[in-house]
Amino acid sequence: MATASDARDKNWFIDKFFQSLMFVCGISAIVFVVGIFLFVFKEGLGFIVNDMNVAEFFFSPKWRPTSLHHPTYGILAMVAGTAAVTILAMAICLPFSIGAAIFIAEFATGKTREILKILIEFLAAIPSVVWGFIALSIMNPFIITAFDVPMGLGVLNSALILALMAAPIVTSIAEDAFKAVPDTYREAAEALGATRWQTIRKVVLPAAKNGLLSAGLLGVGRGFGETMAILMASGHSINIPTSVFDSFRALTATIAAELGETAVGSPHYQSLFAIGIFLFFITFLINMTADFIVRGVKKG
Amino acid sequence: MNTSDAAQPLAINTRELNLWYGTFQALFDINLKIKQGIITSLIGPSGCGKSTFLRSVDRINERLGYVRIKGAIEVLDQNIYEPHVELAQLRKQVGMVFQRPNPLPISIRDNILFGHRIHNDKTSSKSEEDAIVEDALRQVLLWDQVKDRLNQKASVGLSLEEMQKLCIARLLPVKPSILLMDEPCSALDPKGTAAVEELIWELRGRYSILIVTHNMAQARRASEECIFMLMGKVVEHSRTEELFVTPTHKETADYIEGRYG
Repeated sequence: MATASDARDKNWFIDKFFQSLMFVCGISAIVFVVGIFLFVFKEGLGFIVNDMNVAEFFFSPKWRPTSLHHPTYGILAMVAGTAAVTILAMAICLPFSIGAAIFIAEFATGKTREILKILIEFLAAIPSVVWGFIALSIMNPFIITAFDVPMGLGVLNSALILALMAAPIVTSIAEDAFKAVPDTYREAAEALGATRWQTIRKVVLPAAKNGLLSAGLLGVGRGFGETMAILMASGHSINIPTSVFDSFRALTATIAAELGETAVGSPHYQSLFAIGIFLFFITFLINMTADFIVRGVKKG
Repeated sequence: MNTSDAAQPLAINTRELNLWYGTFQALFDINLKIKQGIITSLIGPSGCGKSTFLRSVDRINERLGYVRIKGAIEVLDQNIYEPHVELAQLRKQVGMVFQRPNPLPISIRDNILFGHRIHNDKTSSKSEEDAIVEDALRQVLLWDQVKDRLNQKASVGLSLEEMQKLCIARLLPVKPSILLMDEPCSALDPKGTAAVEELIWELRGRYSILIVTHNMAQARRASEECIFMLMGKVVEHSRTEELFVTPTHKETADYIEGRYG
């Protein structure tokens, strides 16, 4: 029965068109993630199946992919370097970022708060190669004179730079965590006679701890994934660092520095993709954990 | 200094109290003498300033940052707006119960001990703390319901009525002399309301209680004196039965007969 009410006019088609367009945009994120993963996996697969010795890959510090007689592919030194920098960077970054977040969320008001938030976002907008500049031209001579060491590129330099780079994201996630603590808790604690600091320490921090944990984890993810600044700040020599002044090489920096010089499809080329897969799993794991923790907060 | 009858010492005494939120004036020339040891209820339509007044007695209003005050509030003969007054000390004397029960996200036991631990520098032994917890929970008639789950989170498994009783109980260990209650039953069902009202009546005498309520029946049955506020001003303050039976102002009569509000 055809009545005027089921006539499909122009608006009906426009509506349908935009619905489908939005749907495509919405699922494109999933498509890209899966696509990237498949590509990286496909490129690295040959190495994993044919050339990789699992024990050597994970437990040998010798990365000599270009050796003519006996190439070895050990990422232990790079994992150790990346992990050391990430841990040190977080040790520097977390107290500062959480302190900043406490100030912004709990103490600052009005203009101060807005200006601080803008400045912190501005910090996040600095390109990583600029951070690399700072590492090379400011931090490097500074570390050499301040600690009287022959070279200022290495774990300490990279960790300082990484701490600064991770600070904005950690601060803003930590601030969100404090914002998510209901104001009634603060009111209750203050009405019982708690000072601002007692309220923060005994009520707000415990209530926000899951959010803070996930802020830290995202910072760690940032540390594992950062490439350019670390490439410039690390000294880039393959070495298991034993002091904060030692040079090291990051997993990501290895890919960035070597990929352009390998023959496509060669074991060296494929081994770099295997490192990529490894990094992919690590950051995926970290982000998933952070996500689950945040969800846990909302339920509890 | 006020020289009214010495038999009825005052819990709260305000003189020419004016309060502004930014540029909006919420309270006008409040002069109230609230007696010790009795329950005084504060009634009036929404926005009449009754909660504002209540919240300025323990200065919790100041959290907002844009509140300005002129005049004086004396709590137990001490003007609480003098510069040397410490908020922590004031709030030890004046406890506050909020509209929605707001237990802290810690265990029932830690909720009760929160104020006690803040106001005592040296830590008490476990047996002392146990005694404090039991005493506070018995005073609010909650001990038997929760004694087996004191270490459970206070926000889980308690009814709203039990939470509100817990919020009253956690004020008691620091031995306040005044309890302020901002519509303490408005989030509760009738059964919970009855139970909490009974508890408030039970606490009468030991504490001076000032209770804001929307519910006129509640004011009538659960308070000894009653204050009627309108548009930021006090219209009438008298014994509860007098205020409800023979109000002296037309506005009061109109309000209690439900003609507005």
